[in-house]
Amino acid sequence: MSRIKSCLQELKVKGRKALIPYITAGDPQPGVTVKLMHALVEAGADIIELGVPFSDPMADGPVIQLACERALVHGVRLVDVLDMVSEFRTTDSVTPVVLMGYLNPVEAIGYETFLERASKAGVDGVLTVDLPPEEAEDFCAGLKRNNLDAVFLLAPTTSEERIKQICDVSSGYVYYVSLKGVTGSASLDVDEVATRLEAIREITDLPVGVGFGIRDDKSAASVAKVADGVIVGSVLVNKIAELASTPDSIPQQVADIIRGMRQAMDA
Amino acid sequence: MPTNVDFKALMDLPDELGHFGPYGGRFASETLMSALQDLSELYEKLSKSPEFQKEFDADLAHYVGRPSPLYFAERLTKEVGGARIYLKREDLNHTGAHKINNTIGQALLAKSMGKPRIIAETGAGQHGVASATVAARLGLECVVYMGAEDIRRQALNVYRMKLLGAKVVSVESGTKTLKDALNEAMRDWVTNVDNTFYIIGTAAGPHPYPKLVRDFQAVIGREARQQCLAQAGKLPDALVACVGGGSNAIGLFYPFIPDKNVQMYGVEAGGHGLETGLHAAPLCKGRPGVLHGNRTYLMEDESGQIAGTHSVSAGLDYPGVGPEHAWLKDCGRANYVAINDDEALNAFRDLTRVEGIMPALESSHAIAYGMKLARTMDKDQVLIVNLSGRGDKDIHTVAEIDGIGI
Ligand SMILES: Cc1ncc(COP(=O)(O)O)c(C=O)c1O
Repeated sequence: MSRIKSCLQELKVKGRKALIPYITAGDPQPGVTVKLMHALVEAGADIIELGVPFSDPMADGPVIQLACERALVHGVRLVDVLDMVSEFRTTDSVTPVVLMGYLNPVEAIGYETFLERASKAGVDGVLTVDLPPEEAEDFCAGLKRNNLDAVFLLAPTTSEERIKQICDVSSGYVYYVSLKGVTGSASLDVDEVATRLEAIREITDLPVGVGFGIRDDKSAASVAKVADGVIVGSVLVNKIAELASTPDSIPQQVADIIRGMRQAMDA
Repeated sequence: MPTNVDFKALMDLPDELGHFGPYGGRFASETLMSALQDLSELYEKLSKSPEFQKEFDADLAHYVGRPSPLYFAERLTKEVGGARIYLKREDLNHTGAHKINNTIGQALLAKSMGKPRIIAETGAGQHGVASATVAARLGLECVVYMGAEDIRRQALNVYRMKLLGAKVVSVESGTKTLKDALNEAMRDWVTNVDNTFYIIGTAAGPHPYPKLVRDFQAVIGREARQQCLAQAGKLPDALVACVGGGSNAIGLFYPFIPDKNVQMYGVEAGGHGLETGLHAAPLCKGRPGVLHGNRTYLMEDESGQIAGTHSVSAGLDYPGVGPEHAWLKDCGRANYVAINDDEALNAFRDLTRVEGIMPALESSHAIAYGMKLARTMDKDQVLIVNLSGRGDKDIHTVAEIDGIGI
């Protein structure tokens, strides 16, 4: 069983919801990332979404765009991100890691090379924002061969027919984008999300993580009531940006945000 | 490279999912997928509807002023001393470039979808002006995204857009040029997809954009083909067009694809020279990858980050290219070459001096290559250069290079 699947099953048995922080690898500098990952786990994160920096992050708002720019100043490449995962795995063999990014860096090194190396590094799942299932046949086959989970997005605009099509090729969990917009934009509407999740659950048994628009303990707790996982990105990345000049303080202070959300979700 | 390609079969592309061979497709974030699907379905229906065609043709005739002339550049031909050079005068269209052909078409789509708001990205500002123009005519709200660097170098067009009632948003991210404007327009679209139609300005982006932009621009090639037969008594021997994202080039090329004796040359921006790395020539120097919704040739570094580009012409300053060009290149149907900044500037001056026609700096790249190519051809051969736009917008840039403040 994949690490993601067993993690989510275990949480379900305990009646808890997954807390899934997103950070951009190498932001604000490469040395911070692995320490931050450990601190996030220690503070209550269940799965880590590790962003692969890309020069043209079209689906992201300014907060994550700038995170990519900060990482790219240090020349952080996809292979460097895989090295970070390997390093993380030397002391944490339990927490699932999902890579989140755009297709072109993957195209540049080739699907097969990437997937083999990702699997070897200890990556558990891959979410490629600009690779919809229609274009992902080869990629999904490669993921499967390498025992990696395929995480896809569902949006408020996704039709029922597409939800089915997407869930058919997904594994681990599906990621419901709570609002029409880029990362870090508005706040989400929990009632609307709840209604949509009901419809999604009629179609699939896969766990559903909800992301975009979760910015504080309160929204994390209310999303946790309806979703299987709570995905938090821009709030953390904002904090990282604030602390960029004092990178040593980042792991603790960013993890504190996760700690607060964990407590609110479990209360 | 695929061998024995049936050129006629190239006309049937893209396939249902927007593929031109391995290129094209629809690589977009999930939120946009249903909007793209709806647009494809609507376009499939309307493109077969005689009423839609009639409305489009009428707008092109009475609002844009088509057909645009095919002009025999006699003095230029004499000065170059080779093939007979004809200019397809897209510069004479309303708003001064080929871009309006496409915005007229897409505005009709927006209207039939009932969208009250349009957005566009622009580099040189010609597509922004053309979008603001159709928006004014239809009473739609219009927002144009433009890189901060381009806002500086195309100030005239920025003011034109504002006069037309559009809001121009300065894009400060990334390299502050066309690719970043496209990113920002996509972000707007994802946020406002319910009430907004995104008018993409070139033959790139996710399916169905490369197809519908080509179809709307193909009027250039259809007219040129007839005009050439009527005026020169035969098909041209060669076609030359500049390639930014590739819309004016594919518009000229497409109707000639089955005419296997008609050579095609797409001219990319060579910037400071292909060997310097400071250029915008993905077909000459890039490799396949995925950006802005389609698979195509890109300028990128080894790890797949999109590379910065350079061209004196804002409209060519783009690291990607429409996917149909990528496939025409691989199939050997079209040739792609580059012209440097200096050569383009010289062509700008040459055409102005010899023919009294001031070309856009984008089009000047095509003129420069056309002159080079004509020199290698026989006097009885015929060459058509697509004069994609007029040069008023570039006078500031040229003056600055001359050290003159205006
Ligand atoms: C006059 C003119 N020609 C050419 C171009 C390049 O675009 P495309 O390659 O889509 O024709 C532009 C773009 O701004 C333009 O303004």
